[in-house]
Amino acid sequence: MPRPLEPVSQGTRVTLGISFFVLFVAAWAFATLGGFVSRTFLADPITMLQDGWLLLTRFGFLGDIGITVWRVVGGFILAAIIAVPLGIMMGAYKSFEAFVEPFVSFARYLPASAFVPLLILWAGIGEMQKLLVIFIGSVFQIILMVAVAVGNTRRDLVEAAYTLGSSDKGVVRRVLIPANAPEIAEILRLVLGWAWTYVIVAELIGSSSGIGHMIIDSQALLATGQMIFGIIIIGIIGLISDFLFKAVNRKLFPWRLA
Amino acid sequence: MSTTILQIDNVSRVFPGVRGGVPVRALEPTNLQVEQNDFITILGPSGCGKSTLLRIVAGLDRPTDGRVLLNGREIKGPGADRGMVFQSYTLFPWLTIAENIAYGLREKGVPKAQRQEIVASYTEKVGLRGFENHYPKQLSGGMQQRTAIARALANDPEILLLDEPFGALDNQTRGLMQELLLGIWERERKTVLFVTHDIEEAIFLASRVIVMSARPGRIKADIPVELPHPRHYTMKTTPEFSSLKAQLTEEIRVEAIQAEGVH
Ligand SMILES: Nc1ncnc2c1ncn2[C@@H]1O[C@H](COP(=O)(O)OP(=O)(O)OP(=O)(O)O)[C@@H](O)[C@H]1O
Ligand SMILES: [Mg+2]
Repeated sequence: MPRPLEPVSQGTRVTLGISFFVLFVAAWAFATLGGFVSRTFLADPITMLQDGWLLLTRFGFLGDIGITVWRVVGGFILAAIIAVPLGIMMGAYKSFEAFVEPFVSFARYLPASAFVPLLILWAGIGEMQKLLVIFIGSVFQIILMVAVAVGNTRRDLVEAAYTLGSSDKGVVRRVLIPANAPEIAEILRLVLGWAWTYVIVAELIGSSSGIGHMIIDSQALLATGQMIFGIIIIGIIGLISDFLFKAVNRKLFPWRLA
Repeated sequence: MSTTILQIDNVSRVFPGVRGGVPVRALEPTNLQVEQNDFITILGPSGCGKSTLLRIVAGLDRPTDGRVLLNGREIKGPGADRGMVFQSYTLFPWLTIAENIAYGLREKGVPKAQRQEIVASYTEKVGLRGFENHYPKQLSGGMQQRTAIARALANDPEILLLDEPFGALDNQTRGLMQELLLGIWERERKTVLFVTHDIEEAIFLASRVIVMSARPGRIKADIPVELPHPRHYTMKTTPEFSSLKAQLTEEIRVEAIQAEGVH
């Protein structure tokens, strides 16, 4: 029996991780190919792959993937550029926090997907509207989480900086920001994951391109294989971006692991 | 002739009651004069306000009443002229040992070449050559506190404030650290205010031992230590040392008993 918190070797970790995927696909294949589930509702893995291949080679699905990635990344970067400095300010300066925190907490619960119809009225069905959905969905979350992280900076480190001659600005620049940089990177990784769900919602309505648009088109054709392929592609892209984020964080913040 | 560098004038501190509780009187009005090159150790039972007094001198806390003068100027807040070493490990975890030591110099805008020179000299003095590029997490507690001392000293402060810096270390390491700190003081003639509740440590390091009473804290005794320098750890077994120790043990015992009674 494994002990609580006992680490496993890298090899075991990878094997175990992959075997879940294998089990999952096997169960899916068993249910569909074995005839336990109607093909109208759920395509089997082989059909899904064939449909996916067709999408990529014949229907320019790569372009859809590209545009969706662009929308997520674009809206997310916009949100991060605005939210991270605001979050740091909020965490550092309590009067600023008292000023904006109630509003941001309120805005955080506004569902980004419910803004889609409104944003179509405001910004049309162009790219701006897609970016804004992602932006609205991410910006308040990032602000609040960054503010909490910065607000929880170890007080003794701040005091040490003051006794070493730091000014108020110096404390923000040389203690609050570097101390929380890894945490902020982690917050961005998390929120980027959420941004993916908003982009698909934005593309389901009033869109002529993107993964979400392909999925809604496939629904009309009852092409469950294509729909599942689209969903799986999103999962894979998410996995890759997560992996990249983690690798970059490890590179940027070696002291975290030291 | 000695000159007064730090003057504590009727400083008292009352903490407001927590959640409507009664206010806590941490420090009775306290007076203390620190001369240039003094090594003062402050000895007292737990909770008697030692940290509070040191934090007020550092400018991290404000006195309820009274004032503290450094070279005749009233202290209004923390600054680089008073270096502080805390009981908890407060190295910046994202900076290497060398960068930690250089922190204050960078804030002051000392040019890089000069900074490196000063950092190298202090790394040497605290015996951390070869660890410049390590992160604090990779160092033992004793090494971290040595870095913290180097970081404070590199700023060349008027006075060095240490709040039980060796409290979390084992006895052997603690002894070595005392000798190291004393060696630096003997060579560089710094002015030091050192809080501890270890009687031997207080005597071994000090030119003056201040004994504080149980809460609310006030200065109860001010005992000069005239043991010769340079001091070696074997001094801890001499009769002079033992008699001082007996005297201080008695003073502290009375306070400790009282402190227990208060709680
Ligand atoms: N921020 C605070 N708010 C309220 N009470 C406080 C605060 N800081 C300290 N006190 C109280 O003031 C008294 C003195 O505290 P202080 O930390 O100065 O003691 P100390 O002599 O350093 O003790 P120790 O040897 O255990 O470190 C204690 O009774 C403590 O409860
Ligand atoms: Mg204390």
